[in-house]
Amino acid sequence: MKKLINDPENVVREALEGIALAHVDQVKVALEPFVIYRADAPVQGKVALVSGGGSGHEPMHGGFVGYGMLDAACPGAVFTSPTPDQMLEATKLVNGGQGVLHIVKNYTGDVLNFEMAADLARAEGIEVEAVVTNDDVAVQDSLWTAGRRGVGVTVLAEKICGAAAQEGRSLKEVADLCRKVNDKGRSMGMALTSCVVPHVGKPTFDIGDDEMEIGIGIHGEPGRRRVKLAPADEIVEMLAEPILSDLPFKQGDSVLAFVNSMGGTPLIELYIVYRKLHEILTKHGITVARNLVGPYITSLEMAGTSITLLKLDDDMTKLWDAPVKTPGLRWGM
Amino acid sequence: MAIEKQQVLDWITAYAAELKANRDYLIQLDAAIGDADHGANMDRGFQAVLTKLPPVADKDIGTILKTVGMTLISTVGGASGPLYGTVFLQAATVAAAKDSLTEAELVSLFDAALKGVVARGKAELGDKTMIDAFAPAVAALRAAADGGASVGDALAQATAAAEQGMQATTPLVARKGRASYLGERSAGHQDPGATSTYLLFKSASKTLA
Repeated sequence: MKKLINDPENVVREALEGIALAHVDQVKVALEPFVIYRADAPVQGKVALVSGGGSGHEPMHGGFVGYGMLDAACPGAVFTSPTPDQMLEATKLVNGGQGVLHIVKNYTGDVLNFEMAADLARAEGIEVEAVVTNDDVAVQDSLWTAGRRGVGVTVLAEKICGAAAQEGRSLKEVADLCRKVNDKGRSMGMALTSCVVPHVGKPTFDIGDDEMEIGIGIHGEPGRRRVKLAPADEIVEMLAEPILSDLPFKQGDSVLAFVNSMGGTPLIELYIVYRKLHEILTKHGITVARNLVGPYITSLEMAGTSITLLKLDDDMTKLWDAPVKTPGLRWGM
Repeated sequence: MAIEKQQVLDWITAYAAELKANRDYLIQLDAAIGDADHGANMDRGFQAVLTKLPPVADKDIGTILKTVGMTLISTVGGASGPLYGTVFLQAATVAAAKDSLTEAELVSLFDAALKGVVARGKAELGDKTMIDAFAPAVAALRAAADGGASVGDALAQATAAAEQGMQATTPLVARKGRASYLGERSAGHQDPGATSTYLLFKSASKTLA
């Protein structure tokens, strides 16, 4: 399998070294342990936001470190949760005296490691709250499973909550807002091809040239069903309907529509997806007040897309529009 | 017959070797129902452990096991880091300040480790996790020890129980961890965590007797 890498064991470290060089004005990178943090951290008097997860989803999370979004991100090995010592180091580096919010995607490893890190940080006298995102409607939620996966809504929560922290809201307010964003957001994804984890060297799953996986996870975890390839408009319907009926989104709602690339799907195809999504939402009487189209929560080179809808209120819309300056997301400054 | 400190060091070394030998096998098991990282993560963690052992090799068994646990927590990642880290941290509390262990202490050590994993991961028997190998192994170890079996016989029975528990995960539908996202599609595959736990007991059986 062809990859633009040197040694599979050095993929994360070498990428971090590149990020540090490319975005020297915005972020600093610690290599022992791996932490990407705001160049001006700690920002005194501001609630700090820390997220993290396995690498391979770039720009999430490291690309969202900077003014108006995250204060630090902890990159794990590819598709592997980071470790508590990283999260503790990140928490200490960015703590500006107003407490630290951990934004955690709902995967067993991420949750367990962040729980241990929060215990360690509290033992050192740092106030920590954690919010777990779980917006993937492809997974049936139940008391007997690990629950829904955290996917696209995490990007939106990091932007909106980062803006809230930037304008001086308290830890409790920012954490409550994060839970609200998670509650009001739903996602679903699909894949045309597999991804290849560098140290594995072969596709994570086999899929035929005429097949697609509906409900795929961002690590190539199988989804709801394997079906025959269909035109883009039909695929968008397959993703949009379960999302719309789950919240449910209703006539008169105002939403942020986020069309994401899994990494391998080009922007031109994302706009074909967005076109149909906009048509479906309009047909349902739902206003697309804001949108985000592009590769923001990826799965290495997997081809495919995910759709996230977030039901907006005035506060969330204002915070979405607030200035942000990170390597992966920038407007208003 | 007491279990000496050198045997504990040999156990960790033997487990690291088992994980290296089974790295690709564990990756393959994990690729079927998870995210294909278990073998690489456990191997990376225990290779790091091997470099951390020499400086503490003359300390008590508790310190040695605590060093293993802390190293795993900071190097493995995924769910396995906190879970296997907890195994060794809880075992360390039983072995604190000891330079050798009795058979009864060995049973307590594995029992504490099991309780720690259950508390951290909140999994129960039958959820298709490492608990499905760990819990029957500890039960067999205790029963054998209570019945007067030697350390070697008790560990052999524990290993056999772990192996059976591991094999019995194959038909199960996962209810914890990343495999649970697959629902019914997780059935028909052996659990990678139960497999690495079987290897833990297999290594113990070879070195602690």
